[in-house]
Amino acid sequence: MSDLTKLTVTELQAGFRNGDFTPADAVRALEASIQETDTDVGAYLARDFGSALAAAEQADVSLPLGGVPIGVKDVINALGEQCTCGSKILVGYKAPYDATAIRKLRAAGAIPFGRLNMDEFAMGSSTENSAYQLTRNPWDITRIPGGSSGGSAAAVAAREAFATLGSDTGGSIRQPAALCGVVGLKPSYGRVSRYGLVAFASSLDQIGPFARSTRDCATILNALAGKDPHDSTSLDLPAEDFTSRLGRDLKGVRLGIPKEYFVGGMDARVREKVEGAIKMCEGLGAELVEVSLPHTEYAVGVYYIIATAEASANLARFDGVRYGHRAKNPADLLDHYKRTREEGFGSEVKRRIILGTYVLSSGYYDAYYLRAQKVRTLIRRDFTDAFGKVDALVCPTSPDLAFKIGERVNDPLRMYLADIFTIAANLAGICGISVPCGLVEEEGRDLPVGLQFLGKPLDESRLLGIADAYEQAGSKEILARVP
Amino acid sequence: MSSPNLDVRDVARLARIELTDQEAETFQSQLGSVLEYVEQLGQLDLQGVEPTAHANPVFNVFREDAVKPGLERQAVLANAPHAANNLVVVTKVIEPS
Repeated sequence: MSDLTKLTVTELQAGFRNGDFTPADAVRALEASIQETDTDVGAYLARDFGSALAAAEQADVSLPLGGVPIGVKDVINALGEQCTCGSKILVGYKAPYDATAIRKLRAAGAIPFGRLNMDEFAMGSSTENSAYQLTRNPWDITRIPGGSSGGSAAAVAAREAFATLGSDTGGSIRQPAALCGVVGLKPSYGRVSRYGLVAFASSLDQIGPFARSTRDCATILNALAGKDPHDSTSLDLPAEDFTSRLGRDLKGVRLGIPKEYFVGGMDARVREKVEGAIKMCEGLGAELVEVSLPHTEYAVGVYYIIATAEASANLARFDGVRYGHRAKNPADLLDHYKRTREEGFGSEVKRRIILGTYVLSSGYYDAYYLRAQKVRTLIRRDFTDAFGKVDALVCPTSPDLAFKIGERVNDPLRMYLADIFTIAANLAGICGISVPCGLVEEEGRDLPVGLQFLGKPLDESRLLGIADAYEQAGSKEILARVP
Repeated sequence: MSSPNLDVRDVARLARIELTDQEAETFQSQLGSVLEYVEQLGQLDLQGVEPTAHANPVFNVFREDAVKPGLERQAVLANAPHAANNLVVVTKVIEPS
């Protein structure tokens, strides 16, 4: 039965509905695959096969995601389960409620299953900042899976999950999807409720799916989307079927190529694969248009000011009072706070809290935070102008292939600069998706390259249609291959 | 734009983090490079540009001011590092005068 793990969500559901196999069979197949592979990959921080099996036996397969197990990044609360955010400061915490995304998955019949590794508080691009374990890239276990949702991407690539949830603040879904050769969708800001997602940078964070097809991502988005009274930034929009534009070609689609995304600094082999993929889009009927996003070079700087500023405020709640780690025998309250946070947070989190506190501090607020917010306006405007001319943008997801574990841990700035192609989408609030577009051989191993499509705010249906058209022609083989 | 004169120890105190000497030294140099990098934002003329706080600004989101059930008390207290008598026990806040 372990072959079941190779199926997409769509194929799995067809099998359930035909009576070829049951959700319990699917859970058992996952269990076998995880037992066999996760010692090497390290995607899961926790998994409870017993409760997944119990849920599978009760599953109603007629529901939109009936009986489908979906892995969850360890930053989204699911009742009664751990939610460590990859941090020691939340050791022992058990979620006292379901995040809205989890509640909606359950309502659609899905089985939220397992807790997936991540960079601590989603701060990182390699999952090396987890306080608990490394996650390794299934295509080459000496390399990183990307981050921060590295566990979510690696699990889908390694057939340890059919689909998973991640969160994307500056590329944390799209970049690991690219490096692990799977599909990852960041919905537009406001599309999916963030209630129960532990906040990193509240004006940027979005929850989204990973899967081995664009169609699966669309089906999962159907379940996740919608207004939630618990998240005032979630938008009240008419119901939409995000699968409605799948299965078409690219005739009549105008695709913009942002010229600033093809300047120096990109791995030449990544560039070649991406350019080949763009040619393929043209072959599928798309009209290619060169566009300009003139403020691209400022995006990383703006991001690391705004995201750290918001993080320094959001992470103030980890004070050792209501949950998680508390320092032993504090001399006084200040000592309690300072030692609790020193002991509980890892290096990258401390670094970012300090940077965020600094850019918000008296005397520096205008020079850093306010200035970054103004440049954010210019970056948003770049996209508005570009989307006046084209239906979507096409570009690389990451300038690099998956790099070696340990290679960049001492150089945070270099790590930050690799987020250049994904960060602007979060600043502008638009939607984006990464699909595999090629494999590059490195040291005898094939490593995946991701192609990114960026869509207008709330234009996911069109974005998914475009990604699906490309996937049918250019990604299928990579998605079908077990690394 | 001001030149970076970040004092990591001072900011860590504001952020309520007790750093080791080693951390303070490493962060000072790493964050120095990050701040040097973001100096590039100083090149732009931002006269008349409004700041963006949110990608989709939404205003005046109100709900009815009505009592609703909260989280389950025992589940919440079970997460506290120290709880007693249905309360979270905290470190002493007020010093005797």
